[in-house]
Parts: sequence; structure tokens; C-alpha cells
Amino acid sequence: MNIATKSPTIAADADGDTGPRGPKPKRTLSRRNIIVYGTLLVAAIYYLLPLYVMIVTSLKGMPEIRLGNIFSPPLEITFEPWIKAWSSACTGLNCDGLSRGFWNSVRITVPSVVLSIAIASVNGYALANWRFKGSEFFFTILIVGAFIPYQVMLYPIVIILREIGLYGSLSGLVIVHSIFGMPILTLLFRNYFTSMPEELFKAARVDGAGFWGIYLRIMLPMSLPIFVVAVIIQITGIWNDFLFGVVYTRPETYPMTVQLNNIVNSVQGVKEYNVNMAATLITGLVPLIVYFVSGKLFVRGIAAGAVKG
Amino acid sequence: MVVRRVNARQHIDERSPMSESQTRPPSRLLRNLNAKIASIPMILTAVVVFAGGTAWTVLYSFTNSKLLPRLNFVGLDQYTRLWAAPRWLVSIENLLIYGVLSLIFSLVVGFVLAALLDQKIRFENTFRTIFLYPFALSFIVTGLVWQWLLNPEHGIQSVVRGLGWTSFSFDPLYNSEIVIYGILIAALWQGTGLVMCLMLAGLRGIDEDIWKAARVDGIPMWRTYLFIVIPMMRPVFVTTLVIIASGIVKVYDLVVAQTSGGPGIASEVPAKYVYDYMFFAQNLGQGFAASTMMLLSVVIVIVPWAYLEFGRRRRA
Amino acid sequence: MLYRSVTAVLAAAAAACAFTGVAAATDLEVTHWWTSGGEAAAVGEFAKAFDATGNRWVDGAIAGSGGTARPIMISRITGGDPMGATQFNHGRQAEELIQAGLMRDLTDIATKEKWTEIVRPKSLLDSCTVDGKIYCVPVNIHSWQWLWLSNDAFAKAGVPVPKTWDEYVAAAPALEKAGIVPLAVGGQPWQAAGAFDVLMAAVGGTDAFLKVYKDKDKDFAAGPEIAKVFKAADDARKMAKNTNVQDWNQATNMVITGKAGGQIMGDWAQGEFQVAGQVAGKDYTCLPGLGVNPVIATGGDAFYFPLLKDPEKAKAQEVLAETLLNPQTQVAFNLKKGSLPVRGDVDLNAANDCMKKGLDILAKGDVIPWTDQLLSQDSQKQKEDLFSEFFAKQDMSIEDAQKRFADIIASAD
Repeated sequence: MNIATKSPTIAADADGDTGPRGPKPKRTLSRRNIIVYGTLLVAAIYYLLPLYVMIVTSLKGMPEIRLGNIFSPPLEITFEPWIKAWSSACTGLNCDGLSRGFWNSVRITVPSVVLSIAIASVNGYALANWRFKGSEFFFTILIVGAFIPYQVMLYPIVIILREIGLYGSLSGLVIVHSIFGMPILTLLFRNYFTSMPEELFKAARVDGAGFWGIYLRIMLPMSLPIFVVAVIIQITGIWNDFLFGVVYTRPETYPMTVQLNNIVNSVQGVKEYNVNMAATLITGLVPLIVYFVSGKLFVRGIAAGAVKG
Repeated sequence: MVVRRVNARQHIDERSPMSESQTRPPSRLLRNLNAKIASIPMILTAVVVFAGGTAWTVLYSFTNSKLLPRLNFVGLDQYTRLWAAPRWLVSIENLLIYGVLSLIFSLVVGFVLAALLDQKIRFENTFRTIFLYPFALSFIVTGLVWQWLLNPEHGIQSVVRGLGWTSFSFDPLYNSEIVIYGILIAALWQGTGLVMCLMLAGLRGIDEDIWKAARVDGIPMWRTYLFIVIPMMRPVFVTTLVIIASGIVKVYDLVVAQTSGGPGIASEVPAKYVYDYMFFAQNLGQGFAASTMMLLSVVIVIVPWAYLEFGRRRRA
Repeated sequence: MLYRSVTAVLAAAAAACAFTGVAAATDLEVTHWWTSGGEAAAVGEFAKAFDATGNRWVDGAIAGSGGTARPIMISRITGGDPMGATQFNHGRQAEELIQAGLMRDLTDIATKEKWTEIVRPKSLLDSCTVDGKIYCVPVNIHSWQWLWLSNDAFAKAGVPVPKTWDEYVAAAPALEKAGIVPLAVGGQPWQAAGAFDVLMAAVGGTDAFLKVYKDKDKDFAAGPEIAKVFKAADDARKMAKNTNVQDWNQATNMVITGKAGGQIMGDWAQGEFQVAGQVAGKDYTCLPGLGVNPVIATGGDAFYFPLLKDPEKAKAQEVLAETLLNPQTQVAFNLKKGSLPVRGDVDLNAANDCMKKGLDILAKGDVIPWTDQLLSQDSQKQKEDLFSEFFAKQDMSIEDAQKRFADIIASAD
């Protein structure tokens, strides 16, 4: 039975048991287990190696980096590069490191995440439960829009923002992020709401609830997992964005990634790999923390949002 | 399985006609009014930004706009020049190699990892987090780290040589022939975690009874995966494909951070051609022509598929 | 509706956050792409001088060379949110912005301050002039025609430091034997293209240079004289084979540390030698015009001023324009930047050997215009694509490359 068809339980299902449910192996140190764990370990090394190198390098001093190999652990641990990356690395005349952009990134990311998810969830809800003539047509355009390289849209968006008078403002940037987050998020929400038990929807209709009533009182409370996915995807995407941040705002509001790019690309004499690595790690810290904290919820949400097409 | 899918569809489809028939407001336009109002941002985005922006781009690709867009039409000149440019041809070739390989490898690696994690193993959470965390890092960061790892003077090559194998050579970023694979290694590192998550979620959605039945019938596990489980996961594959493929077409930051298109022009990609010609060469017309070609290929592949995938539900 | 009100709230919040603190003096945002060690030190001199006038220099540095920075600057100006002033290489980069009426006409200030009398060579101001009006302030003269040689590297290889390009090519095998990369050419495309243009002016000579880039004579570009230049470029790419760095200053660093024998790079490389504490003549040697044809190209940087509505800021723009050309600022800036000042009446006793060589050539009037002024950015980019491919692909034939070069010249504007 396809799970979609018998799915009053789908939300609960996705919420609940994420434990392994696949084929049942016997629990022995069989050859099969060795293969399974062996493969996973090898893969894990491939995924962890760069992180290891980044951390190790960021804790070394420059002389040590020049001499040693990149995999050897630091002989003498120094936090100097981290301090420098955070508070004193230079871009042009500004020598205050990444600290300058951190709050800007927060100020950009929070409203962008909230707005883009608000819009996309309503879109997905309308597409799943309240189709109207043309709704699928607009959705198809939206999906095709996901494939348009951002660079192509830079110019038209400059013109649009200029015409509505939001160029260079934070709200302009928030709108841009909402626009480019819309295709994938709408797809996820639409799939999720489609998989919700329709009995709920029907019952609410009979009780006389309208579009917003059902959305706010029934759909929202049931869609925590997919919201988690959306939040993770958006935080990652927007926090890491460089292009829009630098093109559509002004220097006072440049996000952290702009400073990261500046620190990494403005070589002052010798390339300070340790500072670069520390800066890279600091910039990635926020999305990384979000991942580590919400790892389990993420898979649940993905299960709910992606499984049904 | 096919029958079941169709059932599922019909089941879902009953919903919207019903909701419409219940209210039946006086005018067609007013029917479902709240939904339409709520969809205004989506409609605006689709029509004004995506469709409008695209039309604008196509229109100006027939002009000789330089730094600023101007309606001074020159016919197909920009396209003739585009297809004569060696760099554009290299870009297309790279995108094809990169696209096909990254599609195959992401799906295969992602699926295999997900299948392994689905074997009731211990430390599943740890492994999953390890595979997923690179997705939290931007392409700029990914590019830098791998540039560092693949650098022959500091990275893997020098370490292996240091172990005594002095003729060992591994410098994909400095060898025109294989540089695109160097980029692929980094791209897979960053992106397969998400694919794995999607696949894992799909596998978790497969009913336990399927496995039981397969085992009772004595079907070997690989066959169960290949012929029963994967076809059942079609929706997951669709979502995954949209996510991977849209990433492939847009690949830009990674190349810039890792190689800036080098050595020479060996790792150039179309998105970078567009950007460079629009802004660096200050030849908007040429950049627009290149982006129109990109859009055209996307449209040829995606639109029929998207229409089938997302449009047919309504008519079912 | 939700969308709109959220936007309104956000806009209000953004406004509240963005403009805290009352500015006493006028803040002027200045964008530029000077972020390497020497460059940052130099631009600091401008900022210091401008701040001393009671205004405030708001630094808008964007790293990653002009290719990254210019789109951002242009988007800002065309998007209706211009900065107070911005760097461009003078020449043709800002042409269309001026024609579109987005940039400020500086003719009044120029007349008042008598720029036509103090700026030399005159061609600099010509590059700033469109339809008889002056739109930019040239701040330095940058010439590409330099070969920087590491004295250490040659000592290690046991050959004397060469005096001409040919001697240098002859010394290459000895350098290689000593494990030194003979010529450092970074991976960024403009470095390969620039090195070729330098070879064109040196090996081909001034006349050939002008015939190709100014008159755009495609037959000449396909002819035997230019074939000689391609032969030299072929030598260069062989010598540069093992460079393996991207940024120009990393390549310069190879020369500084003696890992590379030399580098063809503009005089901005000098700033890096200085930051590294090296002394011209002792630690490194410079050969203008590759020791073959000592000329100076009058490329360089200039500041453009977008048209602003705010009269306070417009006033500050005038102050900045004057400050940039102020004699003391010129000296302080150019000493740090390694470039030559745009006015002849300043005292440059502090200049080092290499700068003095440059000043001599300038005084003799051996100047040529640079490709930034002669070719559009579009042609420049095509040239970059060609030469970055040529330098990276050792098996690309000289004939092919020359044919493609002639095609670019034929369609150049």
C-alpha cells in the first residue's frame, strides 16, 4: 500500500518513529555488517576530512602551516586566528573582522526566513487545498524559475526594486530572498499539505471554516516538521548568500559573508590560511548549530515534505 | 504499483472540486477569492519576476546593450558570436560533464548511504549528521576548503608524497584535463548529504509489509530495492531531481571559489560566462544571449516534465 | 496583504536600525577594490586626508579585484542608491554611466582648481573628459610595463640578474634547474592578458602596440611582426608553467620569497615588496618595459562621483575631489601604492629606485595609452579569455592563438 493513500497517520507517522524500519538484519558481526559499517566509515572520513583540516589549520600558527602537512594536529594550539578573524582581520580600511557583519546577517536572515516561509506555506496550502484556475500554471512557472541562474535575474531585479523604491534597503533584500526561496519551499509545502488527511479539511469546511481559518487553526499546528525543514533550508541559504547581500544592500548592512569574502580574497602579503579557515568556520557556525540541534527533526520534516510528489 | 498510484491520485483529487462546489459564489472570479488573494505574492513572483524578467532578458538579448540596457536591435548577432566563442563551448561541455556526473553520483551515493543507514545500524544519528553537515556550508566555503585540500603543494598530493610515494600525482585543480572532476568532488561533498536525507525519508515511507512480503517470497534484497522500492519512491526522486538539477544549472560560486574558471578556461561554466560578460565585459547583450540559451535548454527539458508532473493532477 | 504589511513593518524596523547616531560631519561612502596590503595602506592616506577636512570617509572596500567590485558599483548607481564616490580605472569603464547622466560633472571644480595645468601627462585628464566635460579625478599613474626580478633567485641559480627580456629567457633553464619557477603568472585571466600586452609594447614596440590596439589594424595583428610577440608569449607561458597560484599578489609573493625568478606585473606590485620590507636594487630588480622598450603606460585609477541629490553630500564630494589632488595627499598615497603621482609639481624625494626610473621615463615623455583606454571592456574580456587559455594550455599553437587574436582585434571597438 502506498502510504499516501492510507494516510490519516502520515503526519503523526512522520513525527513519530524515525527509527530504522528497513529490512531486518540479524544482529551479529556478520560479513554484511562489516561491509555496511566499513562503507559508512569510509564515507564518513570523506565527509569529515575537510572539517578536520579546517579546524586543525585554524588552530595553528602560520610558521607551522608552512612547514607541516595539513593533516597533522597542531603542535601548539593557538586561538589567535579565531580572534583575528572575528575582530581584527582587515578589509580595506575596516579592521574589525567578521564581527561587523554578524548582526547584519542576523538582521537579514531573520525577517527573510520568516517572510519567505510565511508566503511559501500559504502558497503551498492554496495549491494543495484551494486550487483555482491557473494555479498550477503559476506553480509551473515558479518551478521553472528555480532553474534560472540568479545572475540572470540580477538586472531585472535591480530595475524592479528601483521602480518600487526599495533598492538598497533591507526590505528590498528581504523581498529578494523571499522570491528566490519561493520555488523550492512552495514545492515542499504543497507536497506536505497534499499529504495531510483530507478528512480534517472536509470536517473543517462543514463547520464553516474559511481559507484562513483552516490554515491557521488546522494546517499550521500540524505542520511543524515541514516548517523545520523550511527554516533549515532558508537559514542555510540566506545566511550563506553573498551575491544578493552585496548587490542589493549598502555597506552598513553587508552580511557576514561579504566580510568573509573580503578576508579570504584580500591577501595582505602572505595568505593567512589559519585566519581564513577560522573565518570560514565562524561564518558557518550558525547554520552548523542549527543542523546539529535540529538534525532529527530535519529528516522527519523531509520525510513529510518530499515523499509525496 | 502503478494502479496504486493512480488510486492515490484520484483520492486526493476529489478534494478540490468538492471544496469549490460547496461554496459556489456568484462570480467565477470571486470563487475561491481568499485563496487567490493569498496567492498574489506567488502570482506576482511567477509573472512579474520570473516570466517578466525572462521576457525582458530575451528581448534585450537581441540588442547591442553594453553597460546599460538599450533597445538597439542587432538581430542574432549576439547569438552568432556566442556560439563562435571557444569559452562558451568549453562552458557547455563542462556543464554537460558536470551535470550528468553529479546527477548520477548524487543519486547513487545518496541512495546507497541512505540504504545503509536504513539497515537498523547503531550510531545512525551520528552518521547522518556527518553526511549532512557540509550542506550547512556555502559553496564559497566548500570551494575554499577543497582548493586547499587539492592544492598540490599543501594538500593531499604533498601528504602522500611525504609518506614516501614521491611520484604520486593528484592535482585536479591545476590540470586542465581533469579540473572539472576536482570541482565535482567538492560539489558532491557539499550536496550528497541532502540527497541522502531525502532518500532516507523516502525509504522510511516504504511500508514494512513490502519488505516482509519480499522476504517471504525469497526475493534478494538488491532486487527488492531495484524493482520494488525505487519505483515506489518516485515522488522522492522527483523532488530530489528538482533540487539537484536546479543546483547544477546554477553552478557558479563553487567554480569561482575553487578555480575562477581556470586553469585557463578549462573549468568555465555557463552561469559564469553570463556573469562575466554582463558585468565584467560590460556587454549586457552578450550576457543576455548566453542566459537566454541557458533558459531555453532549461525550458525544453523542464516545462514538459513539470507540466506532466504538476499539472496533470487536476485533469485526472 | 500580509506581505505588504510585513514589508512595511520591516522597512520601518530597517530604517530604525540603520540610522542611529547623528552625524556631525558629512559621511561620504567611497567604494573601491583596493584591499591588498599595500593598497589598503595607500587608501588609508586618502581617508586620513579627507577626515582631516571635517568630513568622514566611509570605506566601502570590496575585495576580489575590479571584476567582483564593478558590477556591485554599477548596480548601486543604476539602481538609484549611489555611493558618494567610486573608483574605476579611468578610460572607458564608466563611459555609459556618464552618457546616461548618472555621474557628476566636475568641470567647475576642475576650472577652479586649474586641473588642466597641474595634471600631467595631459592624456590622463582626457580620459576623464566626455564631450568637453570632466567627470573624474585621476589619482595615480599605473603602468603595467615592469618586470620584477628576485635577486635571490638568480643568485641561487648562479646566473646574473638579467637586464633584458632575452637574457631573462636565456636564464630560464638555470632557474628551473635550481627548482625555481622562472616566471610567475597568477591564474586570474587579466594577468595573462596584461603580460601579453606588456610583451606587445616591449617586443613589438610602441608603434606596433598602437597599430594593433589604437588603429585596430587586423591585418597587421595577423602579420609577422605580431608573430614575434606571440613567440615571446610562448616563451613566457613555458616559463610560467608551474606557477600554481591565483592572485597576483601571491605571484608577487613568490618573487619576494625567491620561489619564482620574476613576474611581469604593474607597478602596484611594488607596494607588496615594500610591505615585505624589501629594498629596490638590493633584494629585487625592476626592468621597465622589460628592459627593451622603456615606456610608461598611463593607465591608472580615478574616482568618479555619482550625481547625488543631497546638497550636503554634493558639497562633501567637492571637498573629496580637491583632497584627492592635494599635493601632500598625492605624495603620501602614491608612495604607499607604488604608483606615480598625477601632478608633476610634487616632491618625491622619498621615492625609491624603481619609482625614480618611472619618473624619469615620464619626464622624457615616453608614454603610451593603455589598453583600458583604447579598448572596450568587452574586447578586453575576450582578450583575457584568449590569453588565459593560451597560458594554461601549453599545446595551443601560436598560429591558432594569433588568428583568434586578430579576430578579436577585427571586431574590437
